[in-house]
Amino acid sequence: MAFNFSAFAYIIALIVDAFLIFFSLFHVIAFDELKTDYKNPIDQCNSLNPLVLPEYILHLLFNFIFACSGEWFSLVLNIPLLAYHINRYRTRPVMSGPGLYDPTSIMNADVLTKCQREGWIKLAFYLLSFFYYLYGMIYSLISA
Amino acid sequence: MGTQGHATPLMSQPGNVGIPVQNNLPPLPGGSNPLVRPGFPSNANIQQQRVPSINQDFSPTRANTAMLHGNRYPTIPAQRVSSQPNLQSTYNQQFQPQFVHNQQYNTKPASGYNTPNFNHYQNVSPNQSVVNQGFNKLWGAENYDLLQTANILPPTRIEPPQITLGNDTLNAANCSGEIFRSTVTKIPESQSLLQKSRLPLGILIHPFKDLTHLSVIQCNVIVRCRACRTYINPFVYFVDSKRWKCNLCYRVNDLPEEFQYDPVSKTYGDPSRRPEIKSSTIEYIAPAEYMLRPPQPAVYLFLLDVSRLAVESGYLHLFSKVLLEELVNLPGDSRMQVGFIAFDSCLHFFSLAEGLSQPHEMMVLDIDDVFLPCPDNLLVNLKDRMELVKDLLNQLPSRYNNSYDNNSALGAALQAAHRMMSATGGRVTVFQASLPNVGPGALTAREDPNQRASAEVNNLKPANDFYKRLALDCSSHQIAVDLFIVNSQYVDIATISGISRFSGGCIYHFPLFKFERPILSEKLTNSLRRYITRKIGFEAVMRIRCTRGMSIHTFHGNFFVRSTDLLSLPNVNPDSGYGMQVSIDENLSDVENVCFQAALLYTSSKGERRIRVHTLCLPVVSTLHDVINSADQQCIIGLLAKMAVDRSIESSLSDAREAFINVAIDILSSYKLSLNLGSTPGGLLAPNCLKLLPLYISALLKNQAFRTGTSTRLDDRVQAMFEMKTKPLPWLIQSIYPDLYPVHNLEEQQVILNMMEEPVHVPPHLQLTSRLIDNNGAYLMDTGDHMMLYICSGVSQVFLKECLGVPNFNMLSDQMYEIPTIENQANQRLISLIDYLNSEKPHRATIQIIKDNSPSRSVFLERLIEDRVENALSYHEFLQHIKAQVK
Ligand SMILES: [Zn+2]
Repeated sequence: MAFNFSAFAYIIALIVDAFLIFFSLFHVIAFDELKTDYKNPIDQCNSLNPLVLPEYILHLLFNFIFACSGEWFSLVLNIPLLAYHINRYRTRPVMSGPGLYDPTSIMNADVLTKCQREGWIKLAFYLLSFFYYLYGMIYSLISA
Repeated sequence: MGTQGHATPLMSQPGNVGIPVQNNLPPLPGGSNPLVRPGFPSNANIQQQRVPSINQDFSPTRANTAMLHGNRYPTIPAQRVSSQPNLQSTYNQQFQPQFVHNQQYNTKPASGYNTPNFNHYQNVSPNQSVVNQGFNKLWGAENYDLLQTANILPPTRIEPPQITLGNDTLNAANCSGEIFRSTVTKIPESQSLLQKSRLPLGILIHPFKDLTHLSVIQCNVIVRCRACRTYINPFVYFVDSKRWKCNLCYRVNDLPEEFQYDPVSKTYGDPSRRPEIKSSTIEYIAPAEYMLRPPQPAVYLFLLDVSRLAVESGYLHLFSKVLLEELVNLPGDSRMQVGFIAFDSCLHFFSLAEGLSQPHEMMVLDIDDVFLPCPDNLLVNLKDRMELVKDLLNQLPSRYNNSYDNNSALGAALQAAHRMMSATGGRVTVFQASLPNVGPGALTAREDPNQRASAEVNNLKPANDFYKRLALDCSSHQIAVDLFIVNSQYVDIATISGISRFSGGCIYHFPLFKFERPILSEKLTNSLRRYITRKIGFEAVMRIRCTRGMSIHTFHGNFFVRSTDLLSLPNVNPDSGYGMQVSIDENLSDVENVCFQAALLYTSSKGERRIRVHTLCLPVVSTLHDVINSADQQCIIGLLAKMAVDRSIESSLSDAREAFINVAIDILSSYKLSLNLGSTPGGLLAPNCLKLLPLYISALLKNQAFRTGTSTRLDDRVQAMFEMKTKPLPWLIQSIYPDLYPVHNLEEQQVILNMMEEPVHVPPHLQLTSRLIDNNGAYLMDTGDHMMLYICSGVSQVFLKECLGVPNFNMLSDQMYEIPTIENQANQRLISLIDYLNSEKPHRATIQIIKDNSPSRSVFLERLIEDRVENALSYHEFLQHIKAQVK
């Protein structure tokens, strides 16, 4: 068993993915709180907005490492989400700070449902990829 | 006056019914193209569209894609029109032989509808048997072939439809249609039934309307449901004399002892005698637990643009004059405070400290980091410092005459206002004449004047979020900002309006304002006088509850949505309306009716905490026929207009225009489906309750907010859009489809009594088409805040002499902005008609007399929206387009 660059990539992906799972869990809970009236939309947007870019950058980070280590299949799996992130940020509402969520439109039922669904789908995706990266790590450790 | 409704439809003789020419060209099944419709919620799916055959060679054509994706109405190919020379004549002949039928009007008491140019008739679709028609008429469900019905508009004002709950007491107790309107008066039992009907579901509300009768209750305990906090209302169910069942969440609650006491008869007993149970609009004086802090005083701060453009416009003269006159009528108690800030490239504060002989002006040059030059005396008690305030107002108009400062630091002024008022809350009134170009929130001119007529409109979105963020800060400190825009150049309303839109403010716009221009200065004076003296509610919140199984989907209006059913309104005023889209989440088949309740908690200008509650109850039905026949076309238009504004801003204007057309097509298609006529191609059928929908939609497409092809300044367009979002429904309809009256023969018209019981001759409404403008007539068009009296050259000299005091047409001035008072009956009749029309408006409308040969006649003619103008379809062409698409 030797330690190689692919195994390193998977280890990083595994750790970062664990963070991403927490991010999306937080996202889902935050929107649920909005829906059930526990939180003020301004506060909620203020706590969610600073997390958007870190999440996107973390996701970009391990994909960059995948690219460096030549793990093309793992990269391809992530490309749709990368593209989605870029497009989502490009079409965000007019705002001066970083982030995506605008307290004046977030309470619109369509937006709220969309954000909630986005949170669940990402959570599922990160969970599934967590196991895949685990597998990928073990596989690359063994095959090396 | 509202009791008459429209005329009874006349049955046409079979020979009279022109067979629609389109039937000669049956649509081909071939060329269907998948077309993603950016529709409203009900039709956001992919649909196949049938393309009508345009070419005679029966080949499938895909021209439709271009037609629908175009940015204006698809133009009807010339070939099609020219190949059917009898089309126009069929249409025209339809209404001429029918003049005989107008005896119908004479059978009505006090009817005066016998003018020859006014004939209201309908052709009932030929597809239905006479028996069927009889039945349908009995149920108020007769239908109209729109293409065959030239005069579709009812002669009298269209009243809100009646809601029938199957019980007279409940019907009488239900909320007035002037306050609460629903797009359908019968709620479909499921979302799928709603989707089948293609109707948008929503409510429009005018919660703080000035009311003549309002029951005000002061009690120790306000009876509310313990689970959902609904206020007790006429539609609850009394289990026994001690308990009531909530009509929103169905919880059984205890009734307090106090509630069985009737304050009128001073006896205990049946709880249904209480005013809360008798009326669904009620106001409570709230006990202490409804206050988070002691009720705030009335605080008014005025921010005045004194840049060079502002000084040149001369608005300060009017502002000072009106405010000086109305200072004593400002609503408030002895704690009332006022303050003033002027701004150009710096901020001018006015200290009104005790003992000063005149106001002390302090300039703050640092606009990037705003500070207040002194801690107090900027906002002062009006009663104590009345003389200083008057002194300041007298100085203001000429004080900045020699300033040539081109800059305007609106952002900094707003920040200062926020800082000054954050402890109390209140109202900030901003007068803005030039583009805010320095300091925080500075903007640049984004409008390209060459693109004003283009099909795609850019820059509808705000340029930055400074004003929105500041508005949210203001909102959390109970400050509302109102804008009076008196611009002569682009000021980027799309961006600066954010300060009002999210703080519960209102926006007035006076484009190309100049003090010297009579209509504009009168309009500003009237609006400002109304604005200063009208009722105001401070630190308000409005909660909308609805029966379990339904939910509020999207809100429209100026406020901040704080949670799923709570709107934060730092100020509430009687001239603002709100809209909500509603969705049905659960099946409602096991309930008989559903309710909406709006509760507005506010602090009155006298420092009292009050709750105004409105409850609307609607029956639930299970058939498509019932749903469609319960549609409220005006309310639908009101809601669609609001949705289209969102669509224009978020997506694009062409998307919104396309959605309008699709809504008309979808609704009429689903109506056709509900009739079960099979495949027999009839005309374009619409039920009575939706017969005006295509008319209003074609009017909306030519409205300043949504039109393309006609030069429209960006600010005017954006302001028209925001008016769609905030105007209460009756005024909104009037601005979309103005009322047109013939006034040259008032003596022959119907007489009704006004509020003072005086007789007024009210002519019937005319449709907005030059077909009905007679060269010998005079016509009054009422657009809401402006009226136009259009004088045709052939009008009788007697009319000119008696009504307007001029001997002949040529002597009539082009610059006439009021009706002279002359001692004669004809003049009296005209003036009392105008007064009557004004009596229901928030303030008097301005009036302008237009000759049919003057250059300004285009302002009148462009409102005749049924006619064809350059590149927008006429109403009849629009109907033909719809007809071709209706499946
Ligand atoms: Zn309840």
